[in-house]
Amino acid sequence: MTGLAVSQPVLVVEGLRTEFATGEGHPMVAVDGLSLYVRRGETLCIVGESGCGKSLTALSILRLLPRPYGRIGAGRVLLDGQDLVQVTEAEMRAVRGRAISMIFQEPMSSLNPVITIGRQIAETVMVHEGLDWADCMDRALAMLRQVRIPEPERRLQEYPHQLSGGMRQRVTIAMALACRPRLLLADEPTTALDVTIQAQILDLIRDLQAKTGTAVVLITHDLGVVAEMAERVLVMYAGTKVEEAGVEELFDNPTHPYTRGLMAAMPHLGGAGGGRRRLHEIEGVVPSLMARPAGCAFAPRCELATERCRREAPPLVGIGGTHSVACWVTAGEGVLA
Amino acid sequence: MTPVLDVAGLVKHYPLSAAWFGRARGQVRAVDGVSFAIGEGETLGLVGESGCGKSTVGKAVLKLIEPSAGSIRLNGEDITALKPAAMVAHRRRMQVIFQDPYSSLNPRMTAGNIVAEPLINFGIGNRAEQQERVAALFGRVGLRPDQRDNYPHEFSGGQRQRLGIARALALGPSLIIGDEPVSALDVSVQAQVINLMMDLQEEYRLSYLFIAHDLGVVEHISHRVAVMYLGKIVEVAPRAALFEAPRHPYTEALLAAVPVSHPRQRRRRLVLKGDVPSPINPPSGCRFHTRCPIAVERCRSEEPLLVADTDGHAAACHLREPAR
Ligand SMILES: Nc1ncnc2c1ncn2[C@@H]1O[C@H](COP(=O)(O)OP(=O)(O)OP(=O)(O)O)[C@@H](O)[C@H]1O
Ligand SMILES: Nc1ncnc2c1ncn2[C@@H]1O[C@H](COP(=O)(O)OP(=O)(O)OP(=O)(O)O)[C@@H](O)[C@H]1O
Ligand code: SF4
Ligand code: SF4
Ligand SMILES: [Mg+2]
Ligand SMILES: [Mg+2]
Repeated sequence: MTGLAVSQPVLVVEGLRTEFATGEGHPMVAVDGLSLYVRRGETLCIVGESGCGKSLTALSILRLLPRPYGRIGAGRVLLDGQDLVQVTEAEMRAVRGRAISMIFQEPMSSLNPVITIGRQIAETVMVHEGLDWADCMDRALAMLRQVRIPEPERRLQEYPHQLSGGMRQRVTIAMALACRPRLLLADEPTTALDVTIQAQILDLIRDLQAKTGTAVVLITHDLGVVAEMAERVLVMYAGTKVEEAGVEELFDNPTHPYTRGLMAAMPHLGGAGGGRRRLHEIEGVVPSLMARPAGCAFAPRCELATERCRREAPPLVGIGGTHSVACWVTAGEGVLA
Repeated sequence: MTPVLDVAGLVKHYPLSAAWFGRARGQVRAVDGVSFAIGEGETLGLVGESGCGKSTVGKAVLKLIEPSAGSIRLNGEDITALKPAAMVAHRRRMQVIFQDPYSSLNPRMTAGNIVAEPLINFGIGNRAEQQERVAALFGRVGLRPDQRDNYPHEFSGGQRQRLGIARALALGPSLIIGDEPVSALDVSVQAQVINLMMDLQEEYRLSYLFIAHDLGVVEHISHRVAVMYLGKIVEVAPRAALFEAPRHPYTEALLAAVPVSHPRQRRRRLVLKGDVPSPINPPSGCRFHTRCPIAVERCRSEEPLLVADTDGHAAACHLREPAR
């Protein structure tokens, strides 16, 4: 790591609460008191199952919450020290696509279906760099080369539907990194892709990140992608952070019962060993936002739950180094042992 | 012993509508000569990338589409040319579970009726017996009896998949085709459904054709695994052989692309270049030659055959033929 890499974080989120207004006065809280940070050149993975609030966290950072009901109820989103929650909408537009870029699971959602690939990239470059059109098209071509799209001259003239899913995702990555953003938010960028294409895209993100020093927040539900990509990991459950650690520490010492359950439930290559075996099950299902239990949200599914867990939500506590966990029972294991 | 399912030389070509390709007529060679068999109580995993023809194989076996060529035998009986009326008796023995529990269940039927429907259609038992069977099936797949009156939208994804499984089991089938049955589920719920499918298999000696793109899942549930590429099976082998000693370069590449399970295993890996070619004009010779890292001249012109060794491990590759 260079001196820069251990400098100030690019992004610091403090106590983010994202909520939806409901008819009945009480808002529905989707992200509850979430804090995170990511440094230059670093990859933070946010992992958790469907509905735990991963996408809303990213959308909150960009202030792109679904209207009219979604809103940031509390917290700060500091980009190099500037609180994005407080800036004007005009200032925010300048941040999006320039200081912070985002790529989504479905690349079609960030591409315009009726404009050629070349024009879309060139327009992005033009808006942010103010070059003339010919230079912008040259840049577009260079970028398609950089993301290793075959026959880039031809692809410039084509429309999004003429590209495969993997090529489309490469185009959105090219566009997202065109302006060398300080922060890239990637929300399940490979979930819709085949594994060989996923491997290409993950390699690409890693290579481009090494060149540009962009900080990356990578959202995924796949612990394998975490193992491939992360420097640090944040595990979410039902809108809150339940565990955070460096990636090796997390895989060596998963501590929250949910994290442990996820790791054991995941079928991974070679995991079957000699014969077919049962997978570890986490009983029950993720609670809905409307019916989040009092106390620890994981309690109804947790084998270790105690009375206290059902009454009182566990705070996030440090358990050594940068490893922290929110659990009444397992956070103390190390101390007791 | 007669296999439960025996597929030989299955071909399915879809004609291209003129609107797609101007005047140039052609066809999508979705499945292009596929053969495999599944024994009693056995799971054959069928893997491959999007568009390689997995679902088309499943649909042809279920006779939801008409094959262009080849034969399908169920418990020894050729069902390839059977008309719908004659198929009725066989439908009981072969059931399907789809990926998307949301769209494969009738939203206007109660859960209980969804499971009872096949019994009613086949006139099995009287009303009371049907209700009893439904209650037993609910219990078996881990749904509460009182959930019989609920509608599909009131269930979670995993519960809907359990409902689909209960329905598939209603008629006591010998073969279940699962087309990505756990792909849409979260990891924790996916584990529940995989375990359930494995338990039911033991209990009822079920045979599964398990279609999936997740190699980890396939390794867990399968006894044997077939790998498809562009409409063909390129390798088929007992599970351990396929995962520990793959012979086809495409299988190797697929395995290499799977994310590691621990960050200390990160490595520079072989990443396949390019995309899967179109099944409309598949490459000549070996269909994998445009992406194969070890292709030689011969691969462009001559199609490799699927050659099995004595352990039933077969691969279609000129350079990886079994030692004699
Ligand atoms: N527009 C909305 N109105 C009301 N609730 C919403 C809205 N968008 C999201 N939610 C709820 O907020 C919660 C978090 O959603 P989010 O999209 O962040 O989940 P996620 O972790 O990204 O899940 P996935 O893995 O499925 O993408 C979910 O329970 C979801 O139902
Ligand atoms: N009704 C159809 N008409 C024309 N082409 C079709 C039709 N159904 C499928 N195909 C084509 O046949 C090929 C095989 O499709 P199939 O659905 O069997 O793939 P698959 O392996 O199941 O893919 P996935 O993993 O995406 O489900 C694809 O190229 C597909 O576009
Ligand atoms: S706080 Fe209690 S219920 Fe929550 S994860 Fe820890 S042990 Fe389980
Ligand atoms: S036959 Fe040739 S192109 Fe095909 S997999 Fe073998 S080496 Fe590669
Ligand atoms: Mg999401
Ligand atoms: Mg399919």
